[in-house]
Amino acid sequence: MSTITPEVVAAHSLTPDEYQKVLSLLGREPSLTELGIFSVMWSEHCSYKSSKIHLKKLPTRSQLVILGPGENAGIIDIGQGYGIAFKIESHNHPSFIEPFQGAATGVGGILRDIFTMGARPIAVLDSIRFGPLDDPQTGARNRRILEGVVAGIAHYGNCFGVPTVGGECVFHKSYDGNPLVNVFALGVIPKDKIFFGRAEGIGNPVIYVGAKTGRDGIHGATMASDEFTEESKQKRPNVQMGDPFLEKLLLEACIEAMHSGAVVGIQDMGAAGLTCSTCEMGSRAGTGVEIDLMHVPQRETGMTPYEIMLSESQERMLLVAEKGREQEIFDIFDKWGLDAATVGVVTDDGMLRVRNHGELIAEINNRDLADEAPLYDRPHTKPHRNVPMEAPAFASTDLKTDLIKLLSSGDLCSKRWIYEQYDSMVRTNTLAGPGGDAAIVRIKETGTSVAVSLDGNGRYCYLDPREGAKLVVAEACRNVSTVGALPVAATNNLNFGNPQRPEIMAQLVEAIEGMADACTFFETPITGGNVSLYNETLGEGILPTPVIGIVGLLPTEAPVPSRFQAEGLTVMLLGGIGSSDEVHFGGTQYAYVLLKQMWGLPPALDMAVEKNVHIAIREIVAAGLAASAHDLSDGGFAVALAEASFDGIGAAVTLPSSSLRPELLLFHEAPSRILLSTNSPEEISKIADNHGVPVFVIGKTVKGQVVIEGLLNAAIEELQQPWASALENALHV
Amino acid sequence: MKFGVVVFPGSNCDHDAHYAVTQNVGAQASFLWHQESTVPSDIDAIILPGGFSYGDYLRCGAIAKFSPIIGAVKKFAHAGGLVMGFCNGFQILTESGLLPGALIRNNELKFICRPIDLRVETTNTPFTNTASQGQILSLPIAHGEGCYTAEPHVLDELEAEDRVVFRYVKNPNGSLRDIAGICNAQRNVLGMMPHPERAADPLMGSTDGLVLFHSLIASLASK
Repeated sequence: MSTITPEVVAAHSLTPDEYQKVLSLLGREPSLTELGIFSVMWSEHCSYKSSKIHLKKLPTRSQLVILGPGENAGIIDIGQGYGIAFKIESHNHPSFIEPFQGAATGVGGILRDIFTMGARPIAVLDSIRFGPLDDPQTGARNRRILEGVVAGIAHYGNCFGVPTVGGECVFHKSYDGNPLVNVFALGVIPKDKIFFGRAEGIGNPVIYVGAKTGRDGIHGATMASDEFTEESKQKRPNVQMGDPFLEKLLLEACIEAMHSGAVVGIQDMGAAGLTCSTCEMGSRAGTGVEIDLMHVPQRETGMTPYEIMLSESQERMLLVAEKGREQEIFDIFDKWGLDAATVGVVTDDGMLRVRNHGELIAEINNRDLADEAPLYDRPHTKPHRNVPMEAPAFASTDLKTDLIKLLSSGDLCSKRWIYEQYDSMVRTNTLAGPGGDAAIVRIKETGTSVAVSLDGNGRYCYLDPREGAKLVVAEACRNVSTVGALPVAATNNLNFGNPQRPEIMAQLVEAIEGMADACTFFETPITGGNVSLYNETLGEGILPTPVIGIVGLLPTEAPVPSRFQAEGLTVMLLGGIGSSDEVHFGGTQYAYVLLKQMWGLPPALDMAVEKNVHIAIREIVAAGLAASAHDLSDGGFAVALAEASFDGIGAAVTLPSSSLRPELLLFHEAPSRILLSTNSPEEISKIADNHGVPVFVIGKTVKGQVVIEGLLNAAIEELQQPWASALENALHV
Repeated sequence: MKFGVVVFPGSNCDHDAHYAVTQNVGAQASFLWHQESTVPSDIDAIILPGGFSYGDYLRCGAIAKFSPIIGAVKKFAHAGGLVMGFCNGFQILTESGLLPGALIRNNELKFICRPIDLRVETTNTPFTNTASQGQILSLPIAHGEGCYTAEPHVLDELEAEDRVVFRYVKNPNGSLRDIAGICNAQRNVLGMMPHPERAADPLMGSTDGLVLFHSLIASLASK
């Protein structure tokens, strides 16, 4: 009597066809443990089976790229013998089920991805999205999720000792039952000490280090590849528990072990735990891995081989050491008070062979698990959209009231309540922390600094996934350029709904293609990332939300502030007033917040113009000509002008004549624009002219006021107070 | 002039303190591992850095006080050696009895990280002797448990003996009598929640923390 019934197969989220492939690869029926192993390795989360053929369209190379996608993190060269390793990863599903631990272990997972390469993490940024806090039905739950996620990120990052230096926090109804938690981490690494997740060297010992294995998180990767239903709330045991202190010890011990020279290869146990680390390390090296589970340190008694292989207990690593040097590894881990045990050996036959007290439990070709997952070219039609192209009739009654409403809206208000819970300064490298256009951390080893911006825009991508994805890349590159950094590389997190729906698959395909075009054009190859699909609850998908992380390089110097710093300076608008019309206004914050509607198209982007603006602003900043620089994005010109005034110095400006109606003029979101204050307007104009970029002198900085001639006149305090207090008010704290 | 920077499992401002005193102050420094039971004879002053010693899953500093190095630090302090504890270091000093009182959760029950203003309340310590009375320093705080508390008579004694070294200008965490830093009766042990090592480099936005290290060096030189 077979134990593998169709019901058991379905419970492992494998389709009948996928199960047939398992049967033909094995040439026999799998054991239950083997079925579990296949199911996690072939899950969407681990195999990228719906997205892989499209991800190949992304640019991945440049002269600076040392390591592209495929390893735990990408690495780029920053000169003087050093590189930076970075990646973004999602923990969306766990953060809905258990916000605190879900977000905390999201941070833990990406940190391990960084230090498993040999890099010491020096910065974290987060892109987080929630349902509206004031929704009568779901607001209370959304507030609880936000508070839990923020506390979880703070708990893990603060205790581990990595600064959380920036990110974004966005609200929309579609994230109601499906919050997005995307965590970016970056580390610095000597170029000659990069480690790979490879089980090289036949006969070398396979060593398990770190936390003991428990029953937590079993089948987390499979869960992350399913839609949410009412039952998923009962999946809480699938969420792992994080221990940042243990991770901090693991970091120190791993780096010490790597520097000892006894480590041949190393990989963290993240999604799919021991299963994934063994077969991937073997597959990459073309070797086999044989382990006996009786040697695996266990937190509780009576665990079955199935549970041990599929546990996602946190803070564990698998490493392959040079034969004969095991004791050196044990001594280092003992110094840090951590478990280390030889659990197996590298073999020459390419097989993953799992024993329990000698008895053979599973025997599968590593490559079948890691590389033979089915790949799907899922049907895709027209991207899902259910909004009109034409604008509704609208007219502002008071532009100042509009501006105040925008500044106190969820997406645009101050996120101080969130980021002050994060240690943004530990390691004393933070030149620009949360709240600016891009975060900047210095690399003490080289005299170089790294600027990072995370950006996403679900509304733009809903209206047009291809153009929306380009706009997201353009904005992140603009953020990084505005602080004077040259964008050099990217990492992406693709958050979408159910790819088995052709209109959702179309969103994914078009967004990837748009991102590929933009990343090619802006010369920011994607060195790694993450795909999170099935972000749906009860059949309702999230807005298509590709999030990009752009990394840029600049010399280590005091950064250009985004706010006006002194009275009497000339205020300039680099890139000009921008073009818009009512159709291209339908994705703006104005449409969303004040009109509560979405229509038409995202703002129009000309990538060539955008790139010239980046070149010009970098030249301006490098020459020390900008006293402040702030890019225009969500909320348009008026919001950028207000934000630039929140150190108490505002501006009195007159906008160049335009045929745009006032609502559009102040709040349209055309890209490629930067607000500057300066003592040197002529030099700036010269640089802009050289690059064919329009630039206008629009006024002067003044104390305490924001004045847009003929349109708006406000004391800074009238704008700043609602902006500063909105989030706390919304959370009722 | 050589600082010893104590490293507990979970210390995470140890490298920052080391960097500040070597790169920004120009002194020497070495790390002191938590399992060592003596302080090397070439150490002139000890820093207990910030972080989460042993994870701080119990009370902050409650495990650290039993470590071998704390036994050695006590001996060093009792012999008149200069000891500074920042953030978690302050928590460890109160737990181990080198300083009175305790640090409990911030009154808003949240971790807070931001620069705050701090007033120098006394220059009669080896850590503030080159500052001026009433000088305002801008230093970062980064803690979840920084609310200083003690029995009223202890607070009275601290004030009577001029041992309140720093007060918050605007109290961020509910500390009694706005206390941000204190010293012991012999005035050679300082504990404070703010992070002077994070305000030692012009690129970090403030160099107001340097005055503590410069004072310490000046007082050692005058001995």
